[in-house]
Amino acid sequence: MAECSGVDSNPSSHTMDKSITLPPDEIFRNLENAKRFAIDIGGSLTKLAYYSTVQHKVAKVRSFDHTAKEAASDKLYEISVQEEVTARLHFIKFENAYIETCLDFIKDHLVNTETKVIKATGGGAHKFKELIERKLGLKVDKEDEMTCLIKGCNFVLKNIPHEAFVYAKHADSEFRFQTTNPDIFPYLLVNIGSGVSIVKVEAEDKFERIGGSSIGGGTFWGLGALLTKTKRFDELLQLASKGQHTSVDMLVKDIYGGSYGCLGLTGDLIASSFGKSATADKEFSKEDMAKSLLHMISNDIGQLACLYAKLHNLSRVYFGGFFIRGHPVTMHTITYSINFFTKGEVQALFLRHEGYLGAIGAFLKGAEEDNPNQYSWGENYAGSSGLMSVSPDMNPMQRARSGTFDMLEMDRLERQLVNLPLLQDPSSYIPDTVDLTEDALAREYWLYCFEEALDGVVKRAVASQPDMPEAALRAEKFRQKYRHKLQTLRHQPFAYGSLTVRSLLDTREHCLNEFNFPDPYSKIKQRENDAALKYYQKAVKSLEELSWEERQFALVRGVLAGNVFDWGAKAVSDVLESDPEFGFEEAKRQLEERPWLVDSYDQWLERIKGPPHKCALFFVDNSGVDIILGVMPFIRELLSRGTEVVLASNSGPALNDVTNGELQILTERIAAMDPVIQAGLRDDRLTLVQSGSSSPCLDLSRLDKVLAMVVRERQTDLVIIEGMGRAIHTNYYAMLSCESLKMAVIKNSWLADRLGGKLFSVVFKYEVPAGKPSQDCETLTPS
Amino acid sequence: MAFNGHQRDDDTVDEDETPSKQPRSNKEMPGYFRSEPGSEAAAPTGRATPDRRSSNATARHRSDSVKKTRPPFPWFGMDIGGTLVKLVYFEPKDITAEEEQEEVENLKSIRRYLTSNTAYGKTGIRDVHLELQDLTLCGRTGNLHFIRFPTHDLPAFLQMGRNKHFSSLHTTLCATGGGAYKFESDFRTMADLQLHKLDELDCLIRGVLYIDSVVSSGPSECYYFENPTEPDRCVQKPYTLENPYPLLLVNIGSGVSILAVYSENNYKRVTGTSLGGGTFLGLCCLLTGCSTFEEALEMASLGESTRVDKLVRDIYGGDYERFGLPGWAVASSFGNMMSKEKRESVSKEDLARATLVTITNNIGSITRMCALNENIERVVFVGNFLRVNTLSMKLLAYAMDYWSKGQLKALFLRHEGYFGAVGALLELLHPS
Repeated sequence: MAECSGVDSNPSSHTMDKSITLPPDEIFRNLENAKRFAIDIGGSLTKLAYYSTVQHKVAKVRSFDHTAKEAASDKLYEISVQEEVTARLHFIKFENAYIETCLDFIKDHLVNTETKVIKATGGGAHKFKELIERKLGLKVDKEDEMTCLIKGCNFVLKNIPHEAFVYAKHADSEFRFQTTNPDIFPYLLVNIGSGVSIVKVEAEDKFERIGGSSIGGGTFWGLGALLTKTKRFDELLQLASKGQHTSVDMLVKDIYGGSYGCLGLTGDLIASSFGKSATADKEFSKEDMAKSLLHMISNDIGQLACLYAKLHNLSRVYFGGFFIRGHPVTMHTITYSINFFTKGEVQALFLRHEGYLGAIGAFLKGAEEDNPNQYSWGENYAGSSGLMSVSPDMNPMQRARSGTFDMLEMDRLERQLVNLPLLQDPSSYIPDTVDLTEDALAREYWLYCFEEALDGVVKRAVASQPDMPEAALRAEKFRQKYRHKLQTLRHQPFAYGSLTVRSLLDTREHCLNEFNFPDPYSKIKQRENDAALKYYQKAVKSLEELSWEERQFALVRGVLAGNVFDWGAKAVSDVLESDPEFGFEEAKRQLEERPWLVDSYDQWLERIKGPPHKCALFFVDNSGVDIILGVMPFIRELLSRGTEVVLASNSGPALNDVTNGELQILTERIAAMDPVIQAGLRDDRLTLVQSGSSSPCLDLSRLDKVLAMVVRERQTDLVIIEGMGRAIHTNYYAMLSCESLKMAVIKNSWLADRLGGKLFSVVFKYEVPAGKPSQDCETLTPS
Repeated sequence: MAFNGHQRDDDTVDEDETPSKQPRSNKEMPGYFRSEPGSEAAAPTGRATPDRRSSNATARHRSDSVKKTRPPFPWFGMDIGGTLVKLVYFEPKDITAEEEQEEVENLKSIRRYLTSNTAYGKTGIRDVHLELQDLTLCGRTGNLHFIRFPTHDLPAFLQMGRNKHFSSLHTTLCATGGGAYKFESDFRTMADLQLHKLDELDCLIRGVLYIDSVVSSGPSECYYFENPTEPDRCVQKPYTLENPYPLLLVNIGSGVSILAVYSENNYKRVTGTSLGGGTFLGLCCLLTGCSTFEEALEMASLGESTRVDKLVRDIYGGDYERFGLPGWAVASSFGNMMSKEKRESVSKEDLARATLVTITNNIGSITRMCALNENIERVVFVGNFLRVNTLSMKLLAYAMDYWSKGQLKALFLRHEGYFGAVGALLELLHPS
């Protein structure tokens, strides 16, 4: 059935507890600017959605007018912190008992909204219609539940990486997140509310209820309440998790004495649910009956889902509804059932934000004029609660959170994000090299590492805003927030999808932004850029004096040495902070001698003896020495060879990575000194694009649409990825459909150890895709 | 002279042709017969044998070879299920005076006991209305009797077999169903009987095809419900299962097995569900305190499931047009029982009815999906869940017709639960 909710068996749960106080810092954020409300009221939980604009600080760089002020300032550009308005989606989930308190709170804080209606869905929407209209003065506009559900489902599948997961109770990591396939259709959504609806979704607006069953969550709840005299759904699940179904069910072995060999039915299979309770003179425990009921219903739903999946030839089957909603018990029994009936051919998939689908969909219905589907959205790790079990018993962390409020925030991204067109197989691409949810040792190390580095980050954040006295207080709040996130992840590594070094870095960036530290490294980057620029001409000159072959090697060493300058790496930031004189030459000396840890330099050299590439896409890393003395000379050589160059840099700040804004200015300045760069810009053979990312890592499946367009137009045939974050933590195993070059210096001794190297080991990985023989370059290589 | 009740027509032993033929043996050799290697292992694959089926005509034709392979009396077929034991017994009516004389006392006593009673002990029942008279089997004419008793009373049955010295008859006891495996050793130790175990699905199909082919007089074996979607005009009508393939065979016992049958020898088990007759009775016992299937059905016939179930109209006020769901359709079985007040206002009869409707409709919807996946339009429902259960049959007929928009036809067989036992008997007479 479409209806997702059950009728609450306890009407007193709706009586309002006025003593409930809301933690306003945490929930209903940015209510002042909220508009477009939507609400999804289920049997026990209410989900509220709104759209707001968030003012936050962004760091901007602006070139000085050098003609007038060159003497006055030796600085290259001006940094200013500006207010920027971005759009954010807020979703809050709370128990129905809080509904009146929440409505009051919203009314009191809703200042300047022009909103007149609130979109509503869910079985309880009708019941609370009058209350909502009276409290908020908004007209309740009801939307079809199934439509909302599907809309919401499409939205999260498209916008949230690691939204879907497979549940494996006994595996090392219970949650195995799925890589986001850009093509989400077609899929089957099995919504287990009080009944079951099975919906086939073929396109954004094309879906069909192909079937269903009346045996669903309501059957478990209703029949369970009758059998066990237990009223609450959660309690029934808990009973079930403690029971033994074998005392109630008739198993194959109860009939056969063993297995039914020739049909492959093992003795432990249930032949007849409740088959042993067909007697008047035996008592059965509540736990056992609840367990038997749970198995009966899960198996039945699983079987029907499989039959429908088979009939419609669908392999992606998502399960949702209050029966599933984060309950490990039901996820396990459904998974088991699907495995059994499809012999492992179909996997049961669950969604991290399953509880929000209706609210998201209702919101989207009401926000069509804002065209939310035209944008890409990103989960804000700072403002989202993450995946938790709803059961406090199974999840002690749950109650420690702000009451029982669960949140999801999504930021509208400036640009639409798409796949890099050069990915060999977008559907199997996984950006991250190590999944910390699966690798407990690595997880422990990195969580420790990020916790250790926290003091330094806080210090840096405060130092970046010397004129703001309250910066210390904000920095302290940042510390608490991020530390809490780390603690959560320690207990629940799967809270935000697969835990990776990238997600840890991104979470830190989100938390910094949350407390208005948009770019803690802006001044450092500026100083380093200034310093490095002064050496540019000298560096280029010394390179030009080398023989061709010596120069090629020096250029590569230059990129690698430049990459040592990285404040994100603790081993380096210690040296940088204690010894500002640590120079480029010193870095070169630190570099590992060949053969490097990963060394395909010889193949690369052979290749560049051949015909030039058509166009190279270069994902750059750090500011200062890295970009100016390492990367620029390198691409200068490419340009000289006749290769077009696209420099891709971050859209927003992350650590000391060079941003697109900064790179624009730097390139202009270099162009003024260097005719090769100048000509490249002038002839449109050197292009700067933004990656769409604000992360020290790189997800090639979420890149700026413009970048993808440029890559396609220019027929890019070489992708260069530089730095530990982009080429090792992520993309180390990324397979591209063209030649690729991954260059990085390992600045973390643990990671070096893991890869079998040591600190400052070099990774130089040049790859030619299989099936694309580098024949033309081989035959043309001068011998 | 003979220990056997029936004197053989021909004493020639042909090992290859007559795997079930027993040399005379004495009591000191229990379990001697049926010891040919491979005969048990062959049972599950027996469905590949072409001429295992017998009819009146062919039986007479082959009377010579039949005589050779004809086993001694008594002829039983047994199906030991999770809940019920089904027993078919062939009572020869063409016993000659000579035979009568030679017939041992034990055999006579068994025949008399079975045919002169309609109830045995507290729980054994002979379904007199199902009896097939003047049936020719293996060249012998007689009546086929259908007897059932609860599986949990099997020990009493074995005790009776022991008391009546059944083992002295040295007959082969062909048995199918899980209990043939589970209780094999009990048969041996308690009654000194050796079971010939047979695959239950092989027996089921063999039994269905046989019974359908031999029933010619009296009520039609196969029937359906005309106008299933109009309760007032819904009537039972005979159906001729002349050209039965392909056929979906749904056997509803304690659990449910669904078979796709493409020919006499070609079938597969498509799937099954644990929500079957055992679930209905088990839940009814827990919910209402009843203890028998008959009681549960009686209560169900008096109850109203819509007080227990949540219907589409309870949620949407009427039809859910967006998805073409009629208001009367059940949205959530037992869905109303989430509410405390409603739990307190329903009767036991309502609960029994809701349980029946829930289980029946679920079987209906799984069956329908299988029929679609297997591309089969004819569905035959069998199994003891349907015994005296017109309510469920009409529901199934309705569900098949309504949800398939008339594409699927639900068929039923009068001997609903006995086909496995009949198949076992046939195996005794015509070993595959």
